[in-house]
Amino acid sequence: MDGMPIVSVTDLMWKLKDTVEEAFPWVCVLGELSNVTYARSGHVYFTLKDDRSEIRGVVWSRTASSLKFKLKDGLQVLATGPVEVYAARGSVQLIVEHVLPQGMGELELAFRQLQEKLKKEGLFEREHKQPLPRFPKRIAIITSPTGAAIRDMLKVLTRRWRASDVIVLPAQVQGPTAAGQIARAIKRADTLRDVDVIIAGRGGGSLEDLWAFNEEVVARAIFECTTPVISAVGHEVDVSIADLVADVRAATPTDAGQMVVPDQLEVNAYLEGCSNRLQKALLTQLQTARTRLAAIESRRVFSRPSDRIHEHTASVDALGDRLMRAASNRLNQAKNQFTQVSRQLDALSPLKVLARGYSITELAETNKITESIKDVTKGQRIRTRLADGEIISEVLETNSNP
Amino acid sequence: MTEPNEQPDFESALENLDQIVNNLEDGTLGLDDSLTEFERGMKLLKRCHGLLQNAEQKIEILTGVSRDGEERTKPLDDSPAPPAASDSPASADPTSLF
Repeated sequence: MDGMPIVSVTDLMWKLKDTVEEAFPWVCVLGELSNVTYARSGHVYFTLKDDRSEIRGVVWSRTASSLKFKLKDGLQVLATGPVEVYAARGSVQLIVEHVLPQGMGELELAFRQLQEKLKKEGLFEREHKQPLPRFPKRIAIITSPTGAAIRDMLKVLTRRWRASDVIVLPAQVQGPTAAGQIARAIKRADTLRDVDVIIAGRGGGSLEDLWAFNEEVVARAIFECTTPVISAVGHEVDVSIADLVADVRAATPTDAGQMVVPDQLEVNAYLEGCSNRLQKALLTQLQTARTRLAAIESRRVFSRPSDRIHEHTASVDALGDRLMRAASNRLNQAKNQFTQVSRQLDALSPLKVLARGYSITELAETNKITESIKDVTKGQRIRTRLADGEIISEVLETNSNP
Repeated sequence: MTEPNEQPDFESALENLDQIVNNLEDGTLGLDDSLTEFERGMKLLKRCHGLLQNAEQKIEILTGVSRDGEERTKPLDDSPAPPAASDSPASADPTSLF
């Protein structure tokens, strides 16, 4: 062939490889991803194309694991790295070492992708949200021990309510190791004694600063945590994935402090109200009893003077006994609120009824209470009970009412 | 409803108290029961006030967890950490326990 040197395929490919790789040690290619395949090894294979051409591309696992977002078909990306000739296959591929989505920031894209994924899995569903304890025993706070967030939270916590203990689990809330630390701290907090609510958060910052709270490992830790979790990330405008998964979202660390404990002043006022209502309710009861007693008395006096006195007296006795017992044994113990009550009780005493001149007459031998004139006969001994003693007498004469 | 413990925590004390107040206000209890409930209510009030007044809010920072799961803490202030036990993981960075 006209003296042209003959080369083997391998020779050719190696020559090509040298030439190409020397010419394109580092290129920046704009294109659309297609045929994206995440291999089990962790490498990601895809085709990068535009409307007329395409090139194979790969992201090795080490690079892929640091990617914040997921490579997907149809995504426009700027892929950067060396071009490589793969002699064994006779192919050319782009070894992608950096990849940036087009149209939005990589963090924004990562946020959207994770949000979509977790939403599909149901991690944000209302049915998974746990209620916060009304009066927490011990509050676990996961944040930087030196940041503004912890100061803000403690300021509110100590001011509002002193009946909850606080345990701070220090964790970095920014930087590449932050997400892992926060996730582990959440798991740890879930196991600590008495901890019945967890706050994970940090002060405001850029999307990059807050990134740890948008990572899947944190979202999963929050979701799996059996203790209710309050997310308290940044300022109101920043919504994080952690906010979406958390049982309750606080807009700021200060806000979290306000949500997690009640206000001591309000609780005291409520207790005061309970005390008043208790006393009022009891007084009302006593008033009612008193009114009923008065009704019984008036009925006896005006309509049936000699009838069944003993029965009324017995019920007055019983009621009075109960009130007196209560007055002496119980009410006296309950501080000064009781004096008022006892005074009223005293007015109801059965002794007072007898003291007003009523009496009970019994047959002396049988103690049978006389209800009718027919119960006694002349010469029989009877006992008359009065307020301060009794009289034994003999019946001289009986007269029926006309 | 079960009889509350001798020393209920704040929440159950308050819940019981709430119920007692409502029962009493209902006016359907007999006089004797009302007095009993009233007395229970006053006891619970006292318990609630006591818990609030005697609360000593403990604010600690977790410094480690021993092998058997026992937590190590110190008060959250600038006082130096207590001498670390032998099995305590040495950590130079106070912000990265985890």
